[in-house]
Parts: sequence; C-alpha cells; structure tokens
Amino acid sequence: MYYKETIRQMYDIGIGSLPIVFIISIFIGAVTAQQFYYQLTGTAIPTYYIGYIVRDMMIIELAATITCLVLAGKVGSNMAAEIGGMRQKEHIDAMEIMGVNTSSYLILPKIIGAVFAIPVLVCIAAIVGIVGGYLASVPTGLYTEFDYVKGLRSFFNQRYVVMMFAKATVFAYLITTVSCYQGYFVKGGSVELGQASTRAVVLSCVAILIADYIIAVVLTS
Amino acid sequence: MIKVEGIKKSFGEVEVLKGIDFVFEQGKTNLIIGRSGAGKTVLLKILVGLFAPTEGKVWYDDRDFHSMDKDALRELRMEVGMLFQGNALFDSMTVAENVRFPLDMFSNMSLSEKNERVNDCLSRVSLDGANDKFPSEISGGMQKRVGIARAIVYRPKYLFCDEPNSGLDPKTAITIDELIKDITVEQNITTVINTHDMNSVMEIGDKICFLDKGLIEWKGTRHEVMESENQNLNDFIFASPFLQRLKERAKK
Ligand SMILES: Nc1ncnc2c1ncn2[C@@H]1O[C@H](COP(=O)(O)OP(=O)(O)OP(=O)(O)O)[C@@H](O)[C@H]1O
Ligand SMILES: [Mg+2]
Repeated sequence: MYYKETIRQMYDIGIGSLPIVFIISIFIGAVTAQQFYYQLTGTAIPTYYIGYIVRDMMIIELAATITCLVLAGKVGSNMAAEIGGMRQKEHIDAMEIMGVNTSSYLILPKIIGAVFAIPVLVCIAAIVGIVGGYLASVPTGLYTEFDYVKGLRSFFNQRYVVMMFAKATVFAYLITTVSCYQGYFVKGGSVELGQASTRAVVLSCVAILIADYIIAVVLTS
Repeated sequence: MIKVEGIKKSFGEVEVLKGIDFVFEQGKTNLIIGRSGAGKTVLLKILVGLFAPTEGKVWYDDRDFHSMDKDALRELRMEVGMLFQGNALFDSMTVAENVRFPLDMFSNMSLSEKNERVNDCLSRVSLDGANDKFPSEISGGMQKRVGIARAIVYRPKYLFCDEPNSGLDPKTAITIDELIKDITVEQNITTVINTHDMNSVMEIGDKICFLDKGLIEWKGTRHEVMESENQNLNDFIFASPFLQRLKERAKK
C-alpha cells in the first residue's frame, strides 16, 4: 500500500508539475539573458559572460527557489486540501480505528514522493532555463551561439550543482511537511479548509525563503 | 465485554457526559439510546479512543484502554470495527476497495481471498454487484451498508455502530438490525449500537442504556422497557400517541 501510494505521489508531483515548471523556467532563463545583455552593453564585460551568468543564476538560485515557490502553491495547497478533507470527513478517524498509523500512511508517501520528484524537477528547470536564455538571445541576434556556449562552459563550479540539489531536497521536505501538517490538524468546515490550504502555501513559501538564505550562508562560508 | 467507569467528558465549559458507568456485554447487542444531542456519539467515540475522556476509564475485557502502549493499542485496533454516523467511506475508492481496505492494510491474504471475503461481506448487506461503484454514486442507505460491510470485514471482536439504520426504510432497517444481531451472536462479539430507533430497541435491545442530560437515566433489557415506570424513558420511547396507545393496550 505504501509503495503504491509513494509511486502515485511521485507521478502526481513530478509529471503533474512538468508543464508549469517548463513554462516558468524557460521564461526566467529568457528574461535573465535579455536583461543582462541590456545591463552589460557598453561595459567592459564581454558578452559571453551572459551564458555564464544565466547558468549560475539558474543553478544556484532560480531553478530551485522559483520552482519550489511555485510548487508550494500547486502541490502544497493540494496536499493540505486532500488531507484536510479526509480529516473533516472522518476518514482519518476511520483509519485510526482500523489501526492504521495515519500520520505515516498519509504523509510519508507524500514526503518521499516529493523529496525524490522535486529535485528532478529542479534539475529540469535549470536545464530548461539555460535553453530559455539561448532562445531569447541567439535566434534574436543579440550575440552568437559561440558566445553563449563559451559562457556556459566557463568558470564552472560543481559545488553549485550540489547546492542546487541540497536546496531542492530541503524545500521539498518543507513544502510537504508544512502543508500536510496544516491539513492533518484542520478543524471546522470548508472555510477552515480553505484557510488551512492558504496557510500551507504561505508558510511553505516563507519557510523556503528562510531555508534558502540559511543554505546560502552555510554553503558559501 | 467493555466496561466504562465514571466517564466524564467536557468540551470547554460544556459538560456533555457527567459520569457514565456501564458494562457492554459480549455476545449481546448493547444499545445506547437517548435524544439527539444526548452524547451518544461522544460516548461511542470515547469507547473507541477518538476522544479522550476528561475523567474515567474504559476496559476492553481486562485491558485498560487509555493506559495501553502503542503496540498493544494497535493490536486492539485490529479487533475493532466501527460504523460512523456519517459513514466515513473513502470517497476516492470504489465500494469494493473501501471494504477491502482493512484487509489490504493488515492481512496477508492473497488478492483472491480478499476479494472473496469482500464479496461475502457485501452480500451479507445485500449489496452484491455494487463493487465497482463509488460512494458518491450510491444512495445514503447503501453507503451505510457499505460502512457496515467495512466494519465487519476484518472479523472484529468489538463492533461499534453509530446509528446503523437512520435514514433507511423500515424494511432495510430491520434487515440491518438483524444482520448486526446475527453477527454478534454468531461470532460472539461485543456490539455497541447508538440508536434512537424504537424498532431497534424492541427487536435487538439485549442491554440498553438510556442517556439523558449526560447521565444514565435508565438501564435494562428490551423486555424491561415495557414495564418501566421511568417517566423520562417513557416520554422518550413512547413519544408518539400511537405508541402510547399500544403500550396502554399491552398493559391491559
Ligand atoms: N467535537 C465537539 N466539540 C464540542 N462539542 C461537541 C463536540 N462533539 C459533540 N459535542 C457536543 O456534545 C453533545 C452531544 O453530541 P453527540 O454528537 O454525542 O449527540 P448524539 O447523542 O450523538 O446526537 P444524535 O442522535 O443527533 O447523533 C452536543 O451537545 C454537542 O454539541
Ligand atoms: Mg450521534
């Protein structure tokens, strides 16, 4: 039962979120490239730096943070509503009476699903973002493909990739635990369920941003 | 056998139960009756541990329910089946999946054995062939019966039913009562039923406790109900003029 449920969660979170992650990261990559091209023209910094900037911004910060902020809205509210609904309709009570350990049966598959699926999504976001940067600049003639790729291949530091995965894993854990908590302990009726779902999103977002800062401080010092 | 001692329960300022002592006997259908809001559901939920009592003890045979450790509690849970007042069917699962759920969680039967057991239970509640429907696609009474099937599928030693026949037509209600009675006797289990249905009281009231204003106002068997002089109980049971006339006639 647990295994099946975990697979379902991975599928829902992973495949279900692909389109939105795809759209967001392609535009973020594009805007980053466009914007830095504009900022750097007329300075002494060579244009091939843009590839390097897009790559590192995506890997270090944007892929993990933006993706997870969006997923906090999509996945977090969904989890809070699902579990909260089960609480209100006495499904959780019914399971408790059967002897099911409801906190682990309902929440663990979600945490495991998210902790595996979200880092993959973040990785895809980083790649798609870099492609987005390419699409925004090379076909439109801002600079050549050679420049962009040269930038992408310069000053690469593997530690940033480790950092990206660390962030993604921590954020995934935060989204699921915060949201499931909000749902699991919901009381009252549909108004409270709505509030719990909102709280799940807001608190997950705040938790993500705080964790982001802490990870940045810890991993760069 | 389930024994409760001095059960009190308050929600904030409101004291819903003010000291309940009772023994629910094995192999019998024990009824908790009382007006709407008397605290029947609260008492049942205390029995199964969904509410902690403010004071008092619940004994499952010789096991003190509220001081059991986690493992012992889990073991006891396997012996408990419950029908909720609102059914609490899992609405994203089919009828068969609902009934099979306890087996899927805890038994190591093969799928075909499980399905066989599920079909048995469904036919006991006259729901053969409803396996693949979703709870939202069947009537309230059918949902209730699915709830009963799910409660008995794991062969409980203790069965709790919160208003098993409210919202059912009289014929089905009687069938359900008889079903619960049969299972109770057949498998020698301790059954506790909440009801305010007078037919149930008269048909299956092996042992009855009448809750009123947070206390047990009266206890006895269905045979003693007829003879009782307790005004409160009489007002409750023989509420309709029709039943009052019936009682008068029975007396003569
Ligand atoms: N979770 C709760 N919080 C606060 N008060 C509660 C709660 N549950 C029940 N009560 C109160 O306890 C009292 C008894 O409720 P209960 O549901 O046990 O009634 P009942 O006898 O089952 O009635 P019915 O026949 O209508 O189902 C009610 O006055 C109700 O307001
Ligand atoms: Mg009730």
